[in-house]
Amino acid sequence: MSAAVYGVLETSLRERRELGVKSLVVYLTGGLPGWMDMVRAAADAGADAIEIGIPFSDPVMDGPVIQEASDRALAAGATPPGILADVATLDAGVPLAIMTYYNLVYRFGLERFARTASEAGISGVILPDLPLEESGEWCVAADAAGIETVMLAAPTAPAERLPRVCSRARGFVYGVGLLGITGERDSLASSALDIARRLKAVTDVPVLVGVGVSTPAQAVEACAVADGVIVGSAVVRRAIEVGTAESVGSLVAEFRAALDAKC
Amino acid sequence: MGELQSATVSRGTPAAPVMGNPVNGRFGDFGGQFVPETLVPACQELEVAFTEAWADPAFRAELDHLLREYAGRPSPLTECARLSGELGCRVWLKREDLNHTGSHKINNVLGQALLARRMGKTRLVAETGAGQHGVASATAAALLGMECVVYMGEVDMARQELNVFRMRLLGAEVRPASSGSRTLKDAVNEAMRDWVATVESSHYCLGSVMGPHPYPWMVREFHRVIGEECAEQFRTNVGGSPDYVVACVGGGSNAIGIFSGFAEASTRLIGVEPAGGAAVGRGVPGIVHGMRSYLMQDEFGQVEEAHSISAGLDYPGVGPEHAHLSDIGRAEYHPVSDAEVIEAFKLLSRTEGIIPALESAHAIAWVSRERKRLAGSTVVVNLSGRGDKDVAQMMDILGPELQGGTPSSGQGGGS
Repeated sequence: MSAAVYGVLETSLRERRELGVKSLVVYLTGGLPGWMDMVRAAADAGADAIEIGIPFSDPVMDGPVIQEASDRALAAGATPPGILADVATLDAGVPLAIMTYYNLVYRFGLERFARTASEAGISGVILPDLPLEESGEWCVAADAAGIETVMLAAPTAPAERLPRVCSRARGFVYGVGLLGITGERDSLASSALDIARRLKAVTDVPVLVGVGVSTPAQAVEACAVADGVIVGSAVVRRAIEVGTAESVGSLVAEFRAALDAKC
Repeated sequence: MGELQSATVSRGTPAAPVMGNPVNGRFGDFGGQFVPETLVPACQELEVAFTEAWADPAFRAELDHLLREYAGRPSPLTECARLSGELGCRVWLKREDLNHTGSHKINNVLGQALLARRMGKTRLVAETGAGQHGVASATAAALLGMECVVYMGEVDMARQELNVFRMRLLGAEVRPASSGSRTLKDAVNEAMRDWVATVESSHYCLGSVMGPHPYPWMVREFHRVIGEECAEQFRTNVGGSPDYVVACVGGGSNAIGIFSGFAEASTRLIGVEPAGGAAVGRGVPGIVHGMRSYLMQDEFGQVEEAHSISAGLDYPGVGPEHAHLSDIGRAEYHPVSDAEVIEAFKLLSRTEGIIPALESAHAIAWVSRERKRLAGSTVVVNLSGRGDKDVAQMMDILGPELQGGTPSSGQGGGS
């Protein structure tokens, strides 16, 4: 297969893997005060791609930190078209993905959302409440617009399910590192390495682990098997507690340095 | 494209019976399984387990035994002579308020708890609005020796203190849902978050005909007993079928239960929603809590907060089968105001000696308001629960009026 069949996000992550570099994907909630500067700072500090969250009123996969960020962004007036319009002006220099809940996309209109996101420079979309069986209509719209739909794979999946999830995954496969919602944990769950191992055994798509990857040391641990990690709550906590692009950039730099030194 | 798309998808198979089983997890365009990937295997296992259990005579016999010997079924169908006289139509009440724990909720909970035990789960997770489903869940957990955690919005914990105490007395842990509107919607969010983390040992004991497939179907089957009993009682005591069957709708479980006994009859099926939580009346299709259904939401798809005097109906969505029944015209859905509900609460208490739950008072309120239209008709109201839990709240609203002052000097309706 030639590299041309992959989208921007997947091509980029595959190149990192071929270079022997672990991928670092950073999540930030769109619409927080100063969020665009934070995205630029994260990219400058070495993130390989950025997930931009469009806040939803009822984020059932998210823990307290991202719930709080979502509430603040909504209170500040964040809307899906507003965030996409901002993204269109953002030159971060790395692939960008949207992470949000399906009702916002459904309400926007599937084709219109995919097209608008693509025109804004978005490469991928992650919808944590849209499992494989329900993803058909969205994937048709996403594929047509050149949007890479990242699929999630969970520790609860029986063996026969993982290849089916991976075959529909574009960009990367999002290995859910633990049984639970997003948020920081004291240690990396053993399920993080398990899901990475199971996914690596069945797919050539880049395998990244997220949910419960909280520190540079945990990121290094996960990358013993995974091709990379997604770091969300730890970064978002900086974004809401300190609230400066510099503080976000310095945390991302710590993750980058650890992955480059020890993987 | 979302709404346009749902309008162009074929509306089920033409031959599908009204209130039949869902097809591909859907009732017409509504339903589905929009859950985090972590929960997909659990939903699929639940569907298999329920399908097997529901076809197993031993399971059915055990549930029937509990419904009869523990919950007190069958519940009576009571004719209301004085209320009928006042309204000008013949009214019967299906007395789900007389079930153990005081509402219809016990039907579903006993079924799900037995199923959870059969699946090897040792812990029940539940959400609750008014506390009736939470109390029923705590009761079933105590009966079967299971652990039980109930999520309840902080606002609801304050207005339903009695039920919070009952749940704790029954051995359940009540955890406050402190995000968002701090009511039923947020309790569902917290229960789903819990389930995502504990799915291997826990069963999510969902309290209404909502959520991801198979819940809307399974919960309806557990409440089918209401409609089947009622149809039989009406046929025996009165003859034929009633002209109207009326039930309140939040998520819609008591309504679906009683409607299911009259799906093929000529009876008109009426769902009554709170004006501040009228998902069928004011909603547009959306996706939340695992299902595609009518949903109160803003132009961007953010879920709106419902506002109702009754905690049990304070929900911005509705079960997908109700959305479907509305779409195909088999059932109609109407809103009533909080003020009308307060009047109905008083009316039934005064005329029949039955204090209804505020939820059930919605159904009475519609009958009372539509008395001209209903003149001479036969009307069955599902009295889904008793009002003891609401008495403290109603004392604040009606207290001045009922403490010996003249009725005209009261402040009824204020809150």
